[in-house]
Parts: sequence; C-alpha cells; structure tokens
Amino acid sequence: MDTRQKDIEKLKEYKYGFTTDIENIKAPKGLNEDVIKFISKIKKEPNWMLDFRLKAFERFKLLKEPNWQKPKYPKIDYQDLYYYSAPKSMNDKPKSLDELDPKLLETYKKLGIPLQEQARLNGIAVDAVFDSVSVATTFKGELTKQGIIFCSMSEAIQKHPNLVKKYLGTVIPTTDHFFATLNSAVFTDGSFVYIPEGVRCPMELSTYFRINASETGQFERTLIIADKGSYVSYLEGCTAPMRDENQLHAANVELIALDDAEIKYSTVQNWYPGDENGKGGIYNFVTKRGLCKGKNSKISWTQVETGSAITWKYPSCILKGDNSIGEFYSIAITNNHQKADTGTKMIHLGKNTKSKIISKGISAGFSDMTYRGLVDINSKAENSSNYTQCDSLLMGNKCGAHTVPYIKNKNFDSNIAHEATTSKISEEQLHYCQQRGLNSEEAVGLIVNGFCKEVLQQLPMEFAVEAQKLVGISLEGSVG
Amino acid sequence: MKEQLKTDFEKILKISNFSEKDIKFKKNYLNKFIESGFPSRKLENWKFLDLNQIIKKDIGELSFYNDYSVTNKVDTSIFIDGLEHNKIIFINGRIEKIDFNYEDENQIEIYDDIKVNDKFDNENSLIDLNNAFRNKYYKILVKEGYSTKKPLVIYHLTNEIMKSKNINLRLDFELEQNSSLKLIDFFNDLTDKNFMNILYNFDLKKDSILKNYKIDKSLNKNLKYSFNNIDQEINSISETFIFSAGSNYFKNEINCNLRGEYSSAFVNGIFSLKENQQHEIRSTINHLVENTKSYQLIKSVLGKNSKAAYQGRIYVDSKAQKTDGYQLSKAILLDETSEFNAKPELEIYADDVKCSHGSASGSLNENSIFYLMSRGLNYKQSKELLINGFMLEVVEKITDSEIKNLIINMIGLKE
Repeated sequence: MDTRQKDIEKLKEYKYGFTTDIENIKAPKGLNEDVIKFISKIKKEPNWMLDFRLKAFERFKLLKEPNWQKPKYPKIDYQDLYYYSAPKSMNDKPKSLDELDPKLLETYKKLGIPLQEQARLNGIAVDAVFDSVSVATTFKGELTKQGIIFCSMSEAIQKHPNLVKKYLGTVIPTTDHFFATLNSAVFTDGSFVYIPEGVRCPMELSTYFRINASETGQFERTLIIADKGSYVSYLEGCTAPMRDENQLHAANVELIALDDAEIKYSTVQNWYPGDENGKGGIYNFVTKRGLCKGKNSKISWTQVETGSAITWKYPSCILKGDNSIGEFYSIAITNNHQKADTGTKMIHLGKNTKSKIISKGISAGFSDMTYRGLVDINSKAENSSNYTQCDSLLMGNKCGAHTVPYIKNKNFDSNIAHEATTSKISEEQLHYCQQRGLNSEEAVGLIVNGFCKEVLQQLPMEFAVEAQKLVGISLEGSVG
Repeated sequence: MKEQLKTDFEKILKISNFSEKDIKFKKNYLNKFIESGFPSRKLENWKFLDLNQIIKKDIGELSFYNDYSVTNKVDTSIFIDGLEHNKIIFINGRIEKIDFNYEDENQIEIYDDIKVNDKFDNENSLIDLNNAFRNKYYKILVKEGYSTKKPLVIYHLTNEIMKSKNINLRLDFELEQNSSLKLIDFFNDLTDKNFMNILYNFDLKKDSILKNYKIDKSLNKNLKYSFNNIDQEINSISETFIFSAGSNYFKNEINCNLRGEYSSAFVNGIFSLKENQQHEIRSTINHLVENTKSYQLIKSVLGKNSKAAYQGRIYVDSKAQKTDGYQLSKAILLDETSEFNAKPELEIYADDVKCSHGSASGSLNENSIFYLMSRGLNYKQSKELLINGFMLEVVEKITDSEIKNLIINMIGLKE
C-alpha cells in the first residue's frame, strides 16, 4: 500500500469515532414525569421552567410519531432511552477552565476544538456541549464587555430568566410537532445568545455538540435573540462516537431577529453516519426555525450535512416583518446507507419579503437523498419574491435523489421561481480534468467542489476550509 | 352517505342484469369505497384541493342512483362544427351513440362484454367508486397498422334531469402495433351540482401513437374527476393536452407508465379559471426502462377567487438510464384572491439521467404592459394580448395542425 492509499484509508475512517471514558450521572431510563422532574431538579430550574416542560409533556402524550418522510427507520422505543447524561465532574460546576476535568479538555482537543483561550487565535467563542450539559464557554469576558450574553441554556435560565421567559417557545411552541414537543419536555442544555441593540458581535460564536454516552438521546435547545440593529454569526459543529446502535438527536433551535437585525447560522454536521453496511449512526431529527420578527431583519441558514444515518430537518424562516429576508444554503451529502430528507420552509407573511434557497444534494453508494421544501406566500405578503434552486448529483445507480418542493402562491403581486436539475458528473468534464493530469478521484473532487461552491462561499472562512475537506472525505471511495 | 350508497346500490342491482360474478366484484369495491370515502386533504395527493369538502359544500347530499335504461335525445346542435369526426356520445353517463362512420369498419373493434380487468392497485377510492357504480364499459381496439382517418370525439353531455348525481364511466382503448388514434374529449353540460368520475385506460403497443385532447370550456357548476392510465410499449408516443376552464371543479390525473424503450409521453395543459373555480392537474410519469422521454408544460391564468394546483411527478427507476424528463409550470395571478399551488416532484434512482423542473408564478409583467401601452394599446388590450401569447405557447405544442387550429378558435386565441 503506498502512502496515498494509506492516507485515503485513514481519511475514510470516521476520525471522531472514539469514546471518552468518563463517569456519568444519568437520569433513570425512560420517559415520564419523574424523569422530567429529575432533569429540572438537577438543573436547579425555577418552577415556570418545570411547568413549561410538563405542559409540553402533556401535549406529547397526545401526539403520534410522523410517518410521511422518505427515510423509514425502525421504531424508536422512547422508554428505552436515557434523557439525561452528564459527566460526573460537572456536578459541581467548575468555575474556570483550570478546574475542568482534564479528560474533557482532552476530548475536545482530539476533536480539534481546544477550549483554552490562548490556543484559540482565530477569535471564535465556543460553547462546548457534552452529552446533556454545556461544559465550557470561552471568551466570555470579552463578550460581556459589549453586553453580549453567550452562555449555556441552563445558565441563562438561572441568570436571565426574563429573556428566556419572553422568547423561549415563541418560534417553536410546546404544541408543535412530535419531536419538537419531546424536546420541549426533556431538553437538557444548549446555547443561549443575546445580542443587545445596535451591537455587531465582534467574533463568531460557536457551539460544539458531542454525544458520548451510549443509549442516550441528545435534546439540546438553542435560543438566539438579535435585538434591533444587531448582527451575529453563529456556528454549530457536531460529532459522536462510533456505536452499533442508533442514537437519537432531537434538538430545537429558535432564532429571533428584531428590527434591522441579522442572524447568520451555519452548521457543519458530522454525526457518526454508521458503518458502510448501514449499522449504527445518529438519527438527526432537528427542528430549526427562525423568526424575522422585525422590519428589515434577515436570517440566513447555511448547512453542510455529511454525517448521520438519517438526517431529517427543515431549517425554516418565518418572514413576518416587512422587508425581511430569509436565506437557505445547503449541501447534503449521503454515502453508503445514509439517508437524508432535508430542505427548508420559507413562510412569507410581511410585505416586500424575499427569500432565496440554494440546495445541493450529492448521493453516492446505496444512499437516498430527498430535498423537501415549502415556499408559502401569504395573501398579505405583497410584492414578495422567492428564488429556489435545487440541484442533485448522483454517483452510481444504487442511490436515489428526489426533489419534493411545495409551492403556494396566494398573492398576485409576488413572484416565485423554482428550478431543479438532477444529473451525474459528465464524461466531458471528467475527461477535461484527466487530460490535464488529475486522476479520476481528484477530478471528481474538483468538480464536486465546484458544484458546492455557491454554498461553501456562505460559510465563515475557517469553516469553509473544514467543510471543503469534509465534502472530499465523505465521497472518498465512491468513485470508480 | 353510507346508507345512501347501500340503498342506491341495491336499487341499481334490481333494475340491471349483472352476472353473479359482476355483482360480487362490484360489492367488493362498494365496501372498499364505503371504508375510505371521498378523498380528503389528509391524503398527500389531495392536499391542495380537498374533494370531500368541495362535494359537501357544492353538492351536499349526493345520489349514486342512475337509471341507464332510459334513452336520452341527442342534441346535434352542440356537435363540433368544421371538423369531420367520429363520435361517442355520453348523455348523463349513458352511451347513446358510437359511430365510426369515417373509418374502415374492419380496422376498429368495439367490445362491450369484456372481462373486468382490474389492474389499478393504487389507493384511489374514486376508482373503487367507479368500479362499484359504473354501467357496462366498452373497449375500443385499433388494429395493427391502422391510423384513424378522422379524430374521435367523445361528447360528455348532461341534461336537466341530472341533479346532485354521481356519474361513473369508463372506457378502455388498445392501440395495436403501429396504429394511431386521435381522441378529443369534449365536455358540455346543461346541469349543475353533479359529480362525474371518468376513468380511461390506454394500452399502447409498439410504435403506436395516441393523441388525447381534453376540452372543458363551457362554464358549468359540475365537479369532475378524470383519470387516464397510459401503458406504453417500445417506441410508442402519447400526447395529452388539457384545457381546463369550464367546470367548478376539475381534477385531471395522468398516470403514464413508460414500459418500452424509446417511448415518450407529453403532457401539456392550460388552466384558465374564473370566479371560484378550483382545478388541478396531477401527472405521474414512470420511467421504467432506458431511453425514455417525457415533457410537461402547464400554464395557468387565474382570475378572482380561483385556485389552481399542479402536482407533477417524474419517477425514474434504477434501470431507466438515459432518461430525459422535463417539467415546467407557469402561472399568472390576475387578482389578489387567486391562488396557485405547485408540487413538482422528482424521484430518481438512476444516475445517467437528465431531469429538471421549473415553476414560476406571479402577476403580469408591468414592463411588458407599459411597452404595449406606449405603442397605443389600452390597458385591457395589452393585458389580453399578453395572456393570449402566454396561453398560445402551450397550444402550439399540439402536433396535429387541424386540431390545433380548432382549439385555437374554440378558446378564442389569436395567432
């Protein structure tokens, strides 16, 4: 085996697949009121929070699991999961990074996310979430100076109850769909961001999610509020160890942009996708929804989805404020037995609202990829417009690529344009690259990168480089 | 409704002479229909326009009983002028006349006693309803190598005795190798508040050509559903054109199975809707083998309170390499109360394919109107001219020039 081949072998492996051997505190297995009370108690939550959870749980009992999605999965036994798992050392919250369990520091270092601030030169503040709790948040001091709140959800419930109370559940109510309601009942931790009026957040904020414990569902909740005239760019990364079982990840993310505010939310999702025979991997059933509440506000979603056994999510924008803008840029790559059913919803309610959807899907191996989207222009949303483009690339004839857009136009003053294509990499393009000395794999890499460029451009610099590599790795070995 | 269905069914059995086997068959489907009822928005295919609701609102209590023993007078004045054609005339769901005067008798066969073939395994309760309540149905066979000289016009007529009734009818067509058939469905109703349920099944053998034009133009308050199933063998061509404008509700479904290599399917449609009308076209093109082609163009012009929906699905099997699939829908919303919904869907399992779809909707382009007005047209004329051109593009796709001209005149378009 020459070195190049070795490199490829190395790359093909899921390098984040290790487990951290650390002592855990877990809630008793199963889902019932006691477990919810346990979670609420261990997090020392006020009563209103517990009520919020219990109300959601009441509702959850009435709901049925949806079944309309393309990727089917074996029934999940919700009583056979742990809903809370936290490293024991987090029980008494360490006050600074020096007190943090070295094992945790080591884990994040291995993942390439050093938590010591001096090691972070590129100016990204990180909130690290390990199983059910947030273990560390960096650069807090600098952010506080500007009045920015960036902390874990549990901390926000303690320290900023008014903000949480005012906004939590306003975009994704407790009466929403099955998984969102489940999350409302049992969510454990996540990030909370508040950008005060007129502040432009000086650095990228980022959360890094890690599932470590087995038989655990991760239910995090993120809430980002951008007050009038503010701006924030937020990044999210995720990995999990290699396990033979399927693990559930059902997060809720709520974004709220007030007048003239802008939120940019980027995700690089690299949960463990399962092995090449489709065994194991994460079920990524996430609800992400942004509300452009104020005038001239803007929410932009960018996602690079390469991991997870099943990805099932539709980051959405509700364009309520006049002149608000919603954007969605997505690359979804499925290989081996991975399945994805993803897309977006753009709901136009305000006047002069605009939305743009660029979705690139690549499927290889035995995988199945679906773009499902909704563009709904309400009768009051005068002079609104939408542009949608979704392209799919197929590699091999064992995989599938599907496009299911729903287009509803109830306003005669508004325009919707939708385009979609499905094709494979053309022989001419390959030939052209190979003529110039690239081997077939490099040629495919180059073409795929070009295919994804429009979306990759939207990512912050450091992430874009990562993502580009990830795109290459995910498709490694699928050509030939 | 359940009681109504049962009593009407018994009433029909009493006056008809169905065989033991037929009765069993019909009963089976009656029970199936009773179980599922009219489709509602709970079903994905009926999400945009909920038939169950529309029937409740527009008709209320529906009667399923029809006495097919009574003959109806044929009003010849509604026949299409200026086109020599063969005729099949349905009045109130009863076949009054089949006439192939222009054709070679030996080349066309009509069967009225065919054994029921029941190949639709899809979950469509309206087909169950059709199976349970239709009168006898006919099969028309065009023999090998024969091309019909003149188009066949199927008149769908109703007269005043019909009120709050459900009519079910079915025709089967078989086009043998290298044959061709031009078929015009012409709807003309003098009634309102009835629900017609029409089922066609086409079998296209090697090298055969089918052209089907559906024209629903005269304003009426009936509800209609039409389902075309088309099976295509090697090198066959099917062309379907739908002009959907007259009825209060009309849903056209085209289900096309491209089973033979080099077969192709074309579906073109125009919605031209006025007050309170709700129309839908749903097409499913199944590309099952290599080198097949499909092309779809749907355009809508939507007036006050009207609603149009287009659901187009292209399915490409993993065997169907080199598929070429194209789908485009465009809509002009003329009023703030009009609504257009689309769901263009691609489901693809083969990699060497060229599939794309596009959908656009919006109001008339103000710049174009300005351009025309600056050249002396008034606002109304400019608008009409733009709509005329918009619709003409679809009509231009019709490959038979005689029928194309007929349809242009009928709709009142200017070339």
